[in-house]
Amino acid sequence: MGELPLKTFDHKDLLSMEDLSVEDIELILDTAESLKSISRRDIKKVPTLRGKSVVNFFYEPSTRTRTSFEIAAKRLSADTFSLSATGSSVVKGETLLDTAKNLQAMRPDLIVIRHSSSGAPHLLARGLDVSVINAGDGINEHPSQSLLDLYTIREKKGRLQGLQVAIVGDISHSRVARSDIIGLRKTGAQVTVCGPPTMIPVEIEKMGVRVVYDPREAVKNKDVIILLRIQLERQNKTLFPSLREYASFFGLNRDVMGGARKDVIIMHPGPMNRGVEITSDVADGPCSVILDQVENGVAIRMALLYLLIGGAKGGNVN
Amino acid sequence: MVTLIEGGDLVDPVNLTVERYDILVKNGIILKIIPPGAIRTGDRLKVIDASGKIVAPGLIDMHTHLREPGEEYKETIATGARAASAGGFTAVACMPNTHPPNDCRSVTEFILKQAERAASVRVYPIAAITMGQKGECLTDFGDLREAGAVGVSDDGFPVADSELMRRALEYSFYHGLIPISHCEDRSLSREGVMHEGAVSTRIGLPGIPGASESIMVYREIALAGLTGRPVHIAHVSTAASVELIRRAKNEGIPVTAETAPHYFSLTHEAVTGYNTLAKVNPPLRTSYDVEAVRKGLTEGVIDVIATDHAPHSHLEKDVEFDKAAFGMVGFQTALPLTLQLVREGVMSMPEAVAKLTSNSARILGVRGGRLVEGETADLTIIDPEYAYLFEEKHIVSKSRNSPFIGMNLKGIAELTMVGGKIVWKRPV
Repeated sequence: MGELPLKTFDHKDLLSMEDLSVEDIELILDTAESLKSISRRDIKKVPTLRGKSVVNFFYEPSTRTRTSFEIAAKRLSADTFSLSATGSSVVKGETLLDTAKNLQAMRPDLIVIRHSSSGAPHLLARGLDVSVINAGDGINEHPSQSLLDLYTIREKKGRLQGLQVAIVGDISHSRVARSDIIGLRKTGAQVTVCGPPTMIPVEIEKMGVRVVYDPREAVKNKDVIILLRIQLERQNKTLFPSLREYASFFGLNRDVMGGARKDVIIMHPGPMNRGVEITSDVADGPCSVILDQVENGVAIRMALLYLLIGGAKGGNVN
Repeated sequence: MVTLIEGGDLVDPVNLTVERYDILVKNGIILKIIPPGAIRTGDRLKVIDASGKIVAPGLIDMHTHLREPGEEYKETIATGARAASAGGFTAVACMPNTHPPNDCRSVTEFILKQAERAASVRVYPIAAITMGQKGECLTDFGDLREAGAVGVSDDGFPVADSELMRRALEYSFYHGLIPISHCEDRSLSREGVMHEGAVSTRIGLPGIPGASESIMVYREIALAGLTGRPVHIAHVSTAASVELIRRAKNEGIPVTAETAPHYFSLTHEAVTGYNTLAKVNPPLRTSYDVEAVRKGLTEGVIDVIATDHAPHSHLEKDVEFDKAAFGMVGFQTALPLTLQLVREGVMSMPEAVAKLTSNSARILGVRGGRLVEGETADLTIIDPEYAYLFEEKHIVSKSRNSPFIGMNLKGIAELTMVGGKIVWKRPV
């Protein structure tokens, strides 16, 4: 494991990529880099967060993010507790704030929340004293995903500044897209978004991106292509006619990829719909870094936990 | 008992004048309007000093939600009436979306009975257009009119069926009820929770496009043109709506319109930070729309300023943004925000007062709206220069959901008189 950066991280919560300065982002990525090796050891555990408790509070189904946070916390020796909407008093009609205040009364150090309502983590952070990490809120943001994407890009490309990135898919309803756009713009990358016109939100240009509808044009000369998951439940809700039509006009296959740079990397936040937004030969091909993203996700979440509830107290990672 | 209101500047919203007069009130009636100092004060005279103040006809708010019957934890007719009086209103029209909705004589009569018990401002019930506000069949307009309703509206549940709305225009006219339309194509606004624009895109909230309002504004104009019968457009919020109404008025179509203070004072930026106090329907729009609404007020395209006072408790507001209720309280902020437009030169003082008094009286077909000898003494004394920080504790309504809390306001109702009786006096 590398040396931990000495800078301080002066935040109670991580709600939005908007809240982070470029220095904050660099600190998180550098911290993740020094923590990544822990996961490759025989004994994948350090005592840094021993005695700390982390609650994973997931109002929406999630496998990857939830597991990633849980593994990250455990590798740092924090105790973890998981709550889902179905197994909690949410089904009994308790409000989000009440549920959270009850949780807080049990003195955890940090709450990781995934919620179907945009802004729900902000509501929680305003009402609670403990640290809150937004693990995805509605169609708003998913900052830890953005950070692991930035980490992966930096790892593969050696830099973020000046890179050409395309994000392809349902931009309107993607919290990954929103966080990635903010993170990439802050770190100096150029962003093009692409998708059917029904899935491009109004005035997205104001977030500093270029809009292109044709995926062939969108991927041209790009260093990075980030694909978004097509949410199957949105089909027949006027956004696109059929999966078949989506796949043939907006799906990424080897043919469409032809115009991208030879050293392009392909990313996807998962879970993938193979044969819809991405064909298997691309997903499993040499350009794909999709599984690296998953591995880096653990490191990023370890870094976030460390910086939010361990760093200030000078915990020793060794 | 004779009361003398002395030294105030009287606003006449019909002749658009401001002149200094004294007013003599006796037995609830305006006895005399006389040149200042013409009457010598004596023992048998109660004197109200209005020097340096504006004396306006009692303000009339034609769009409010008083929540009774059914949601008394948010507001009652008594608390709502008192809050209205604190804002300078002497009369309010209340929308029918109560529980049960005001779609029959018994509910209308109940509202009027509660208003009588409250003994504060006048309350004019607006009845539902359709039974249960379900948009299926018309309510008994004649019966409701006899019970005391002054207009019909399905407010937040706009009539989607165009033929039904056409019939409502035709039939309400016969009974002297003004149909009021909350213009929203709900198949376009869907699950939207704020204006669809740069802010909704940035903060990831589902949007309500401006077109969902203007589509329906045009439908109502087309129906008014078809039937020749009047329609009133509630809470105009977009530039496109203002333009449609402007053209319709130029063509002589009998359409009138109102806006609410938040549509000329705030933009969708107010929602930033998921501020549920700024969640309202129609949503706060862009600065371009705000400018258009102001221009609509200047040019008389928009006839009325109404509050759309919509009290909600913390149960509806301290929740996730998409789950929060739409609406904000508005009685006490309407006057200072309107006076701000006067200070900014958008309207003259009498024009502004007209939009809060005579125009609403005319559209609703109710008395008031002008200070005339022999008329009922409904009036408001306004201090247009009184500056203050608007705080939650100042709110008289049972609910506190105002996005204007924490703002510096200027202008306040000093005294509100209904039928010669003082129903509100500003606490010192």
